[in-house]
Amino acid sequence: MTDTTASESPAMTLSKAAPKEAPLSPRQAMVRRALRHRGLIFGALVMGIVIFIALCAPLLTQYSPYDQDLLARMKPPVFLGGEPAHWLGTDALGRDFWARLAYGARISLMIGLLAATISAVIGSVLGILAGYFGGRVDMAVTFLINVRLAMPVVLVALAVVALFGGSLMVVVSVLGLLLWDRFAVVLRAATMQVRKLEYVAAAEVLGASLPRVLWKDILPNVMNHLIVIFTLEMAHAIILEAALSFLGLGVQPPTPSWGLMISEGKEMLLFEPWLITIPGVALFFLVLSINMLGDGIRDVTAPEGRN
Amino acid sequence: MTDPILSIRNLTVDLPKGGDRPHAVEGLSLEIMPKEIVCIVGESGSGKSITAFTTMGLLPKALVPSSGEITFDGRDLLKLTPAEHSKLRGRRMAMIFQEPMSALNPCYTVGNQIEEMFEQHTSLPAAERRARTIRLLDEVKLPDPERIYSSYPHQLSGGQRQRIVIAMALALDPALLIADEPTTALDLSTQAQILHLLKELREKHSAGIMFVTHDFDVVAEIADRVVVMQHGRIVEQGSAEEVLNRPRHPYTRLLIDAVPRRTRVARDSLEGSAEMLRVAGLEKTYHVKGSMFRPGRTVHACKDVGFAVRRGETLGIVGESGSGKSTLVKCLIRLEDPDAGQVWVEGEDIAAYSRRALHPYRKMIQIVFQDPYGSLNPRRTIGDQLVEGPVNFGGDRAEAMARARELMKIVRLDPDALNRYPNQFSGGQRQRICIARALMVEPKVLIADEAVSALDVSVQKEVLKLLNEIRDRMGLTVLFITHDLRVAAQVCDNLIVMQQGEIVERGSVDQVFGTPSHAYTQKLLAAQPGQDWEVPDVSKLPPATGVMGMGGLA
Amino acid sequence: MLLYILKRLGLAVLVALTVSALSFSLLFMAGDPAISIAGENAAAEDIAAITERYGFDRPVLVQYADWLVSAARGDLGRSWYFDLPTTEIIGDRLGVTMTLGLLAICFALLLAIPMGVAAAVKPNSLIDRAALFISVVGQAIPSFWFGLILIVVFSIKLGLVPASGSSSWKHFILPTVVLGYYATPAIMRLTRAGMLEVLSADYIRTARAKGLAPRKVLFKHALRNAIIPVISLAAVQMGFMLGGSIVVESIFALHGAGYLAWESISRNDLPVMQALILVFSMFYILFTFLADVLNAWMDPRLRVG
Repeated sequence: MTDTTASESPAMTLSKAAPKEAPLSPRQAMVRRALRHRGLIFGALVMGIVIFIALCAPLLTQYSPYDQDLLARMKPPVFLGGEPAHWLGTDALGRDFWARLAYGARISLMIGLLAATISAVIGSVLGILAGYFGGRVDMAVTFLINVRLAMPVVLVALAVVALFGGSLMVVVSVLGLLLWDRFAVVLRAATMQVRKLEYVAAAEVLGASLPRVLWKDILPNVMNHLIVIFTLEMAHAIILEAALSFLGLGVQPPTPSWGLMISEGKEMLLFEPWLITIPGVALFFLVLSINMLGDGIRDVTAPEGRN
Repeated sequence: MTDPILSIRNLTVDLPKGGDRPHAVEGLSLEIMPKEIVCIVGESGSGKSITAFTTMGLLPKALVPSSGEITFDGRDLLKLTPAEHSKLRGRRMAMIFQEPMSALNPCYTVGNQIEEMFEQHTSLPAAERRARTIRLLDEVKLPDPERIYSSYPHQLSGGQRQRIVIAMALALDPALLIADEPTTALDLSTQAQILHLLKELREKHSAGIMFVTHDFDVVAEIADRVVVMQHGRIVEQGSAEEVLNRPRHPYTRLLIDAVPRRTRVARDSLEGSAEMLRVAGLEKTYHVKGSMFRPGRTVHACKDVGFAVRRGETLGIVGESGSGKSTLVKCLIRLEDPDAGQVWVEGEDIAAYSRRALHPYRKMIQIVFQDPYGSLNPRRTIGDQLVEGPVNFGGDRAEAMARARELMKIVRLDPDALNRYPNQFSGGQRQRICIARALMVEPKVLIADEAVSALDVSVQKEVLKLLNEIRDRMGLTVLFITHDLRVAAQVCDNLIVMQQGEIVERGSVDQVFGTPSHAYTQKLLAAQPGQDWEVPDVSKLPPATGVMGMGGLA
Repeated sequence: MLLYILKRLGLAVLVALTVSALSFSLLFMAGDPAISIAGENAAAEDIAAITERYGFDRPVLVQYADWLVSAARGDLGRSWYFDLPTTEIIGDRLGVTMTLGLLAICFALLLAIPMGVAAAVKPNSLIDRAALFISVVGQAIPSFWFGLILIVVFSIKLGLVPASGSSSWKHFILPTVVLGYYATPAIMRLTRAGMLEVLSADYIRTARAKGLAPRKVLFKHALRNAIIPVISLAAVQMGFMLGGSIVVESIFALHGAGYLAWESISRNDLPVMQALILVFSMFYILFTFLADVLNAWMDPRLRVG
């Protein structure tokens, strides 16, 4: 049988007059759909750029995000008539805005990834167990989900940060511990659906152990949901961190966080609106790209195998 | 001679680009007379439903009729605007669908939904609308029309809902009634009632009926004329008598030949074979949890079920939905734990074994499920899924792979296909893979749980043949669960008939079919459609002629 | 029916208890509350006196039980900052937050449902794209930043509406838009997805086969079914929004319960924080319960056995 390579460009396959090809494996078909999905490509591209900026921040600017230069305060960015030395201008303390933005990307991405990872682990373990076993386990998990949903996220997060201090660790853990609900809800439902399918029954009848069934038959078939929720919650965590920092109860100054930058710019709202516009737009595009990536993944991993 | 109600000339409906063929329907011509039932028969993908939907003007947007004409009421339906076509629907032409369970809006009472017909197409006052609706409910033989009138769909059974849909269709006495597999989703006895009702209504009303089906028994029961379709083309049409008994086209012959005979293939006697599986006093009760407005209830799914099967025997377990046969299967393969009773496999009672103690016995009983699309994990290669069993029971992976290649040959698939994924196989191929997967652990008992019900007849025939072959070759004991009496008659040695969790009849196939003792069995047998039709032996017919389309099966 | 409601209520009480226990232990175990009241540099005897007065030296469990007993009597403790009953302080502020929540959910529903329906009826049309755009932007835009931008544009540059305060209806316009827009994407997506699903349902085909007018098919048959999950989502969103109003209220200095929460956090006023967490979670529980009842009331499959 012929194996069509996954890297084959979509343009080529489109231009061919669609001869009877060997059917694609699920992964190959998915890669093809992904390459044709504009939203997904856009999301991946923007996110790639932000990741690049975060990783290579020291190479992209010679300034440190912490160094104040009181002689060069509130310089406007070049497109508002500033100088090329500080192409995005400087803030009220004379710190280079581009440097703070680039290093701030590290904070946002790190908090997003870590918090989403913590909640993914909590939520998917709870959700998959509840969906698989049903009965009492399900009742207990559903109760936990209800308790979690009943807790006002922003208020609890603010209170915890106020009481325990605004270190990165505290912010990541509190967000990670608060954002697992959607993982649990979605994976519970997805697992229930997969559990009913006959291949799970077949595996049990063929003597597969419980961990094996969960690992080989359940997890791969709910993975697409997991990935989609992961992107959603990562975006959610990034926005929440910014909101907490904005309210002064997230990561603490002088750490370069986009939320903090907006908060600091708020004082100069009247005269220098670009101080809040630039970090706001950066935040918007990061979250947008993650969401579009997630939507794209949902589209291209839509149920397959059923005709 | 009267004029036809509907006359389709040279209809072609295009499929969207990039499909496996350019047209859903190609060059189709047919006519329907008043009071005539024309059956359109074909396997899935033959274009029979597309023909029905084109006539109704309910095609999905992706499908476009590109040429031909459909004359109805002196007008070409293909030239009507959507609004004009909509005015004909319900009033002059009406439709009955396959899935009665989902064909009615769950938010409104059925009375409301029938009355809508009068609201939309007439100016009758409210009282008259209601009276007519009640009369319709009475006409389709629904008990207590007043109560049914104010019921919601979910409160009615599938058969009752289908009657509501029929009542709706008949409300304004249409000239053309289109029925798209109207009995496929129903139980045998309900199907018989609905078919009977349709025949009766044909007498009272003057409508011509276009009846789409895949089932030749239903055709034999109801058709005046038959149109056979394959790949979007008509391959043969003629009177029912002619097509059923003297089919001319090779494809029609192939389809008819695939209809299971009511007679059993003669087999060697099973006398002296050792007993392989014995079940005694099996009980299972479910508690259905209530919701906000509904109290919980208890369902006694298996009541004192007991039977024995010998080595090499095929035991058929027959019953309608809700008879408890699925629960019985789940208890046998221990997806559910029975409440009480014994299950002996080769003399070992495994019914009360714990999960752990059961493990070595699991491989003794294997199963092939109904849904070819749900029973293979889409994310794992076929090979990976085939070796799952042996590996779980401590086997060597490489050895298992060799056996998997062996079994792929036995089920007539290319052993090289082991590294492919399930989505690359057709339904029939998947069922064969499932059979191979079950055989990987060398079971003693194979349960076929409606294993061929979801397949087209021609594919069904192949899989049945394969199952029989494997049974004889490997000395398997087979439990064949089915709702299809014809299939049961053909492949089983002995039969059990189940009703509401109980075995009501047991015996050899000839006994059960010839001299049924229980009233329920008699009722079931009587409900079979097309009993007067003896499936012809196509090998004795004159050579095939009249090749209108391409013959043969792809 | 009655049994079900009782069960449901019991569950709600259990959830509220768990939430209060969690937040109590979180708040009162994170440091010495006596120091929070007296201040970092207070004398040792002051701290001792405060510890004595509030009973902070007792085991947490006892303190929680104490709090619980008075909570059951409707007494959620006294604010350390104002030295007034927390119920009184919160009661004063809740009206503003409720008004904001109601306005916001109405805004969201009025924007999301018509657009969601229109988008589902004509997929890939201009309106579908517009709906997609609105929901994608709404999901990505941080509400505090969106609020600031609105202030810059509508209050500072155009001078149309006041930027902060809560004294007139005009003060509610911007906060309503910000909070409402926050809830819009989810509702719009669900409406669109629900309509798409319902429109391909068998019973819609039946309705069309009956020759019903397209408007009737759409509104009587499709929307009626698609709206059921939307209504319950809206109720749940409403619960979320009250809790989430904290950000919006602090931007617009809208003196509601959310603003109070923010103030209390900066004042270390633990009893008020504890009471607010409880109040917000009670609202969430209440709204989900209402959602369930509404759902059952609208869906005959749940209503009629």
